[in-house]
Amino acid sequence: MSDPLLRLEDIVVERGRHRILEVPSLDIVPNEVLAVVGPNGAGKSTLLRVIGQLERPSRGKVLFGGLPISGNPLPFRRRMALVFQEPLLLDTSVEGNVRSGLSLRGVPANERQRRVEEWTARFGIGGLRRRSARTLSGGEAQRTSLARAMVLEPEILLLDEPFSSLDAPTRESLIDDLDAVLTTKRVATVFVTHDRTEALRLGDRIAVLMGGNVRQLGTAAEVFSSPVDSEVASFVGVETILPGRIRQLSAGLASVAVGDNTIEATTELQSGADVLVCLRPEDVIVSALADALPMSARNHLRTTVTRVRPAGPYVRLELDAGFTLVAHITKQSLEELALSPGSNAVASFKATAVHLIPHRPA
Amino acid sequence: MDLIWDGVTEALRLIFSGDSYVYEVTFTSLLVSGSATLIALVLGLSIASFLAFRAPPGRTLALSAFNAGMALPPVAVGLLVSIMLWRTGPLGQLHLLYSRTAIVIAQAVIATPVVAALSTAALQGLNPNLRLQVLALGASRWQAALLLFREARISLLAAAMAGFGAAISEVGATIMVGGNIKGSTRTLTSAIVLEVGQGDFETAIALSFILLGVILVLVTLFTVLQQRRPPA
Repeated sequence: MSDPLLRLEDIVVERGRHRILEVPSLDIVPNEVLAVVGPNGAGKSTLLRVIGQLERPSRGKVLFGGLPISGNPLPFRRRMALVFQEPLLLDTSVEGNVRSGLSLRGVPANERQRRVEEWTARFGIGGLRRRSARTLSGGEAQRTSLARAMVLEPEILLLDEPFSSLDAPTRESLIDDLDAVLTTKRVATVFVTHDRTEALRLGDRIAVLMGGNVRQLGTAAEVFSSPVDSEVASFVGVETILPGRIRQLSAGLASVAVGDNTIEATTELQSGADVLVCLRPEDVIVSALADALPMSARNHLRTTVTRVRPAGPYVRLELDAGFTLVAHITKQSLEELALSPGSNAVASFKATAVHLIPHRPA
Repeated sequence: MDLIWDGVTEALRLIFSGDSYVYEVTFTSLLVSGSATLIALVLGLSIASFLAFRAPPGRTLALSAFNAGMALPPVAVGLLVSIMLWRTGPLGQLHLLYSRTAIVIAQAVIATPVVAALSTAALQGLNPNLRLQVLALGASRWQAALLLFREARISLLAAAMAGFGAAISEVGATIMVGGNIKGSTRTLTSAIVLEVGQGDFETAIALSFILLGVILVLVTLFTVLQQRRPPA
């Protein structure tokens, strides 16, 4: 990893007696999108304000390019740009908004005009330049807000849930556009979101922030397939989390006792360890009792369907296998298998799909 | 009705005959009330920015004081400013009593709470994240304040108009601290009081119409400014 552009060291933010944020260390490196995910109230926006020099931490240091930020933060603020959840446009034209930061930063007029034309075109609002910001739709306003940030050509781009107030089609098209911009410009970005799919889509690395602490930091694959604890697992979409104990271990393959069942999982943990068995719903294959079982899966459990519920493009099934197992299947599969509450089915999953987290039983 | 009609015709005659007395008291009114409004705007906007953006401890208490200040009795202000400016008062050495400056001070004391209270409400009405957004765009504190004033300009201009209205329509404190001296501290309002006292209702009504006319013209200018579309 290259030298960090910005580094947080021993950052603590307290309000009254409450500790809002505690980050011993966090690096923002060039050319990388760091997605910060976490539930509401996790301290994500506070983290972004500390990075963006809009809030002084109670303790700790922020280093920009290796130098600690102290005194007037304005010169450092002018090397970054921030987009909030709301567009927060000024009461002027689209062009006036996109130009505003450039004027504040003293960019010469001809350069301002060139950049405004470039970035309004990139975000598809070139035709709206003369329109009053008050008359824009939500999507147009957020495009203006993004163009206003990118036109500054920041060294670090900070995004605070910029898509969460948009409807689904608008959000999709704006994420596509931003993805294209970030891919070509490779500007170091901190992208805060509570939506894990957005984080997966844009983030090169993902930090999971909960209760003001970075619980896990790693690539998307590491965080989503190997969450460090049950709360992270639950947040990143692992819907089946079961307490168990490793009974046997051979060549990295563990037999884990979960209730009366045994689940096979790959692991580096020791035999006898108490664990949480984590399984993502999309990794569970559901078949009828009479069907041939998928050969690649080592785990096959006889279950009874207890609940069927639509979940976006999928159907979410709750299956009783002595414990509750959650699976996502397509609507077409549901019809073909003719499943409804009370039906019997087999749930299969690979040993590599099971993630074991060390866990001390309560 | 005749009296009012006579007053209107007298007002027109005084204006168009170039009556120096009328022009002088009008000028004094505009000078002292304009200065007082400017002072009230500088102080009021500073106080409002501090209360709205910094949210200091005790903000509600301070706001209550400024809100109460909107109902400050002018005679009480006049008395207080007079005591301060008396030869034996704490500011007696400045020899300001019965001067235009004394009236400016009294009117500024009356107008400042009006501007401060209404401006604080205007700035508190802005989205709290807007200030952070403006700072993140690279604004210094001054640039941020000016941009946010522009965003709240409709309410802030209403506050300015209210402050000006409180200053120019004020009479009790003006007479107390100014002394109603002809050629120096006599304003439109204090002249009206004097004319009524002398039984010259025709001139008093004429001066009232001139005062109303001045207020109407200035407030219309403010309102045009307020309702103008923001520049791109």
